[in-house]
Parts: sequence; structure tokens; C-alpha cells
Amino acid sequence: MWNRIREIMRKEFYQTLRDPRTRALLFGPPILQLILFGYAVNLDVENARTAWVDMDRTPESRELLAAFQGSRYFEITAALADGREIRNLMDQGKAQVVISVLPGFARDIRRGNAASIQILVDGTNSNTASILAGYANRIVSDYAAKAFADRQDSRLVAPATALKGPAPYVIPLLTAQSRVWFNPELKSRVYFVPGVIVNIIALVTIMLTAMSIVREKEIGTMEQLMVTPVRSFELILGKLLPFALVGIIEVALVVAAALLVFQMPIRGSIPLLFACAVLFLLSTLGVGLFISTISQTQQQAMMASFFFFMPAMLLSGFAFPIRNMPVPVQCLTYLNPLRYFMQIVRALFLKGAGFGPLWQEIAALALFGLAILGLSALRFHKKLD
Amino acid sequence: MNLRRTRAVARKEFLHILRDPRSLAMALALPILMILLFGYALTLDVDRIPSVVYDMDRSPGSRELISRFEASRYFQILGAATDYSAIEQKIDRDECVLGIVVPQDYSRDVLAGGTPQIQLLFDGSDSNTASIALAYASGIVQSFAAEMRDRAQNRVGSGVSRGPAEARLRIWYNSQLKSKNYIVPGLIALILMIIGALLTSLTLAREWEMGTMEQLLSTPLRPAEVALGKMSAYFALGVIDMLLTVIVGVGIFHVPQRGSYIFLVLAGGLFLTGALLWGILISALVRTQMVAYQLAMLTSFLPAFLLSGFVFAIENMPIPVQIVTHIFPTRYFVSVLKGIFLRGVGFEVLYLEVGLLAAYAMLIFLLATKRLRQKVA
Repeated sequence: MWNRIREIMRKEFYQTLRDPRTRALLFGPPILQLILFGYAVNLDVENARTAWVDMDRTPESRELLAAFQGSRYFEITAALADGREIRNLMDQGKAQVVISVLPGFARDIRRGNAASIQILVDGTNSNTASILAGYANRIVSDYAAKAFADRQDSRLVAPATALKGPAPYVIPLLTAQSRVWFNPELKSRVYFVPGVIVNIIALVTIMLTAMSIVREKEIGTMEQLMVTPVRSFELILGKLLPFALVGIIEVALVVAAALLVFQMPIRGSIPLLFACAVLFLLSTLGVGLFISTISQTQQQAMMASFFFFMPAMLLSGFAFPIRNMPVPVQCLTYLNPLRYFMQIVRALFLKGAGFGPLWQEIAALALFGLAILGLSALRFHKKLD
Repeated sequence: MNLRRTRAVARKEFLHILRDPRSLAMALALPILMILLFGYALTLDVDRIPSVVYDMDRSPGSRELISRFEASRYFQILGAATDYSAIEQKIDRDECVLGIVVPQDYSRDVLAGGTPQIQLLFDGSDSNTASIALAYASGIVQSFAAEMRDRAQNRVGSGVSRGPAEARLRIWYNSQLKSKNYIVPGLIALILMIIGALLTSLTLAREWEMGTMEQLLSTPLRPAEVALGKMSAYFALGVIDMLLTVIVGVGIFHVPQRGSYIFLVLAGGLFLTGALLWGILISALVRTQMVAYQLAMLTSFLPAFLLSGFVFAIENMPIPVQIVTHIFPTRYFVSVLKGIFLRGVGFEVLYLEVGLLAAYAMLIFLLATKRLRQKVA
């Protein structure tokens, strides 16, 4: 029996590795995808194209301008004297933010009236827009707090000296000290790169398994395999083990690339990561096997893999937080093996968690892996007979 | 180039598609599935950020501050912590994102007119949620600080009742800042790329793999006729998918469509043509479906998903990656889509993008027919 499994594995290895193009395509794309994903998947906002409309032209307005220029989130790319050009700039996407200082800004500040600054944000990308709006608000209120303090000083010092006593300076100044854990610079790369590893492994192993089995059906060699004394579960093992091995090698490659190219910190245990990757491969190989039982052509297999992979990736919490989803959908994500592996990989990379806090996810991953692979193998077995 | 022969290939391809109802169903269900996901389930909008409070002060003043967080729709106070380690544990277990710590002498500082400071602890691992939470939390603290300042000032009697400068915010194009409004239009590009390049790249490769390509070639068919015939079947599929996406997106999910429908369909057709030709070119380059799939994935779907500005803004990428995005046509089509849907602009603003899409389709057509001719000879 082991002989027969070994033979199939050998055949499978030859078939996949014989062709130099397939060989290159097996290991090249995952690395390329990691680099592509790692650099492209980025929700950080920096150097937003900002148009500055200064209708006041006073030292005060220039001070505010300096505050915006000093921020790494805004880059003043256009300075306008009036608001006529705004529509055009925004329509063409040449400005993401327009900051208008209305005439009388400095006068209002000096007199102690409320002076206002208009901030216009291009909301097309709602995520960028809300981050930019938050930063712009912060810069203006910092400026306001400073202007307020200056004014207070000049006002209160005079009566205080007149009274010949210490200034009755009873205005509290509340501030918040923010500390960010795990990712203090708030770089989204640190969050996304571990997630990318999960996606690449899932995508590659599901598609390869499904397409390679269906290929045998499509070109008719499945019948040839069936007339040999190979039994169906031997066929399954012989087919899946090479892909499991390819999957493990890919995990190693992609993790190594993440550490080297992106200088990712890995705070948790690497052996635990690989152990979990093996559990995860049970699920993906199982899904690939299942897809092969419902497809007749490779085109069908590809479409079906897509049908599984797209929602699984999108509902894994990779880019879109599960917390924001409607509750029924949140419940649905508990059926998604990608969700568990995503949580594990992120916790290992970012939080340095160990088996203790992760045992539930690991157990779920093992359970799903065994169930999916077992059921698919049964179905495959039935289909063959 | 003979129209009758092209039609015959198209008919054969149509029959192929129609005879395989499962693939057809999947090709039509895919856009619906994606739009349901993006319209209903997936959002980058951050609200109800789970937070815990560690209030060491327990005074009316500290409770007032906390009530500001409770009143905001962006935060959801899950409970009170009694020490730092409880906050740490909750963050470790992913149960909360924000810990609000009010120090013991908070209200004393407020009354004394000192500089009370509260502490905000964020789980930064999801940097996007954290930065948005950070902005909202600072906003709440700042406006509360301003209010406290004004109150104290009125007590002192210095007359002025408002802060010296405030920002008035206006947001154009997507005033409610809904992420589905910018993702659903971009989805059209993604779906057309899947139908166009991914599916088509397999059709010619299949003919090679099954050996039917030789049969096709022994007929008087010319390469351009094969390419156009094959394409027309998938073109129809792509147009149906695009219409489905637009109808569901605008009809059910109320994504604003402010531009011209005619311009949308024309630009979509142009992009789809380019995508189909790209699929044909890949198909002409390789002989097995597996390799064709890998190539198509790498050169069409992934760039469409990642390098197009569909979800992840191009301007935030490193410069070398930004340059790479110019190679792939999806980038231009996504700008066209967002321009039409959200800004309501037309050809007068988007002429450059549309021109580039046309040039791209032309170029790939020349390459594909040349390559097919070489392979035949």
C-alpha cells in the first residue's frame, strides 16, 4: 500500500516539477504576491495633496499654514488666492483636502471672536477621508488651544499684576496622553503582511489541488489511474501529500520573505506557527479536494475555487475588521477556517501570544481541517466508485 | 478577416458556455456575491469601538468625561476595569481596542485649574481602526476640554465664551463617508477582469491541452478571427455582469451614480475589450490551463485587486509601487468608475484615462494576433 502511495506521489512530483515553467510558477508568484500585497495593501495616509486657500494673508494664517506644513499627513501642493479653482482641483483629484482661511480670520482671533477655518475633504475614499478629517481637526484645535493660551496670558497677567497678587489662573487644560500598543507607529504593513501569508497559502493550495485533480478527469487520465490497483484513498493521499509539502515550503518561503523584505517583527514561536500552518493546510487541501469532486473542467474548478476563496478571504478579517460586520455575518465567519488562521498568525507576529490565549482558535482550526478533509475524501471516494 | 467565420467561432464558444450551466451560473453569481459582500458585510467604517474604562477618580467630573465617550456612536463602553492588567488582558484577547484611564487626582486637577491628563491606551495591531479611533477619541477629549475651559472662564468672568478657532468640515462626493460608496464602483473593474482575463485565458489553453486547437487551425480560420470569435462570447458575459453589478449596486445598495450611464457602458466596454484581449494573449503564450491560470492571476486579478485603487489608495503606496500601477489598465478604469459614480464627471475630465484604456486595448490586440500567427506558423 505504501508503495502505491509513493508511486503516485512520485508521479505527481514529476508532473509538477518537470516543466520548468510550472516549477517557476509554483514558487515565484507567492513571493511576488507577498511583495505586491505587502507594499500595496496599505491604509496609512501620508502626504495628502492639500490646497491652501488663504484669503486672509496675515501672520496668524501663515502660522496655521506652518502647522499644516509641519505635519507629515498633509503636503501643500497648491496655494490659491480665492475659491474659484476649488471645484476643478477636486474634480480632477488634484487636491484631496482644501483648507480655506476666510478673510477676517486674524481679526477674529485678536478680538476673541470665534474664527473658523473651512476644511473640505474629498470623501471618495471614505477611509482616507475620515483619517484626514481627524488629523486636520487636530491641527486646528492644537492651534486654537495655543492661540487661546496666548490670549489668556495677555489678558490675565494684566489684572493680576494690578491686584498685586498671583494670577487667579484657574482654567483647567485637559489633555489626553495616548499610547499605542503592539504597533506604536500605526503602520498598516505590520498588520497586513501576516494576513497576506494566510491568503497566499490558501489561494495557492486550494487552486493547485483542485485543478491538478480535475486535469486528470479532463484529459482522461483519471480512468487510467482507476484501472490500476491503486485504491481511492491511496490516490487521495498520493495526490494531497505533495501539495501539502509544497504548501509547507511555501509557508517557509513566504514567512522568510516577510521577515527579510519587510523586517517584520515576529514575537511568537516559529514552530507553533508551522504547526498551525499544517492544521490550516488540512482545511485548504480539503476544500481543493471537494472542489475537484464537483468540477469536470479546470475552468469550472478555477471558478469554484474563486467562489470559495473570495468570500473566505474577505470575511477572514484580513482587511475588513470582523467587528464592523453585521451580527449574522459575524456568526458566519466562525465557519471560516481562514478567520482562525488569520487570528493565530497575527497574534503570533504582533502580540507574541503563545498556545495559552490561542488554544481555542487552534482547536477550531484542527476541527475544521479534519472535518473538511474527511468529508471531502469520503465524497471523492464515492464519486470514484 | 471574415465576419462569417468569426461568427461561427463565436457561436461555438457561446454553445460551450451555455452547455456548461454550472460555470455560467458561477460567472453570473460572482458579481452578485461580491456586491452583497461589499454592500452589506464589508466596511472599513469604524464605529462602536469596543472600549473599557479604568476610572481611578470616581468623581462626578470623571463620570461626565466618560459619558462623552458613551454618547458618541464611535465608542461602545463595554465595562469598567479595576486595574491596568485587566485592560491589558482584554486587549490581548482582542475584546477591546481602547482603554480609557482616568487618574486618581483628575477632578482635583480640574478644580485647581491644573493640567489634568487622562490616558488612552490603544491596540495598534489593526492600525487603521486604531488611527481612526485615535482621531475620534482626541476629538472628544478636545471638545470636552474646550467646554471645561469655557465654563471655568465664565466663572472667572473674562467674558469670551467660545474657543478662538474651530474647524468647519465639509465633505464632498461621499458626504456620509460610507466605504461601500467607493468600493462598489471599483468592484465593476474587478469583476470585468475576472470574466475578461481569467476565464478567457483558459479557453485557448484548453483547446491546446485537449488537442482541438490543431483542428481549429486546420480550418480556414485566421488567428484574428479565432481571437475575436472567442472574445465576443465572453464580452457578452462581461457586459451582463457589469449591468448586474450596476443594477444591484444602485438599486439595492443605493450607491450614488451621478454621471452618465452611456459613458459608463462605453468605458466599461473598452476596458472589457482590453481585459479579454489580455486573456487571449496569455492563452496564446502558454499551453496548459494551470500555467495560464497562474499567469492570469498574477497579471490581471491581483493587480486589479491591489494596484488599482479599488480599496487601497494608490497615493499611499511607496513610489516604486505607484509607478508599477501605471502598467495595469485597471488603475485607469477604477479612476473612471469613481469619477462617474461619485463625482459625476464625464469625458471632459476623464479623457486621459479613457484614451489610455483605448491605447492599451489596441496594443494588446496587435500583440495577441501577432503571437497567435507566430504560434500557428
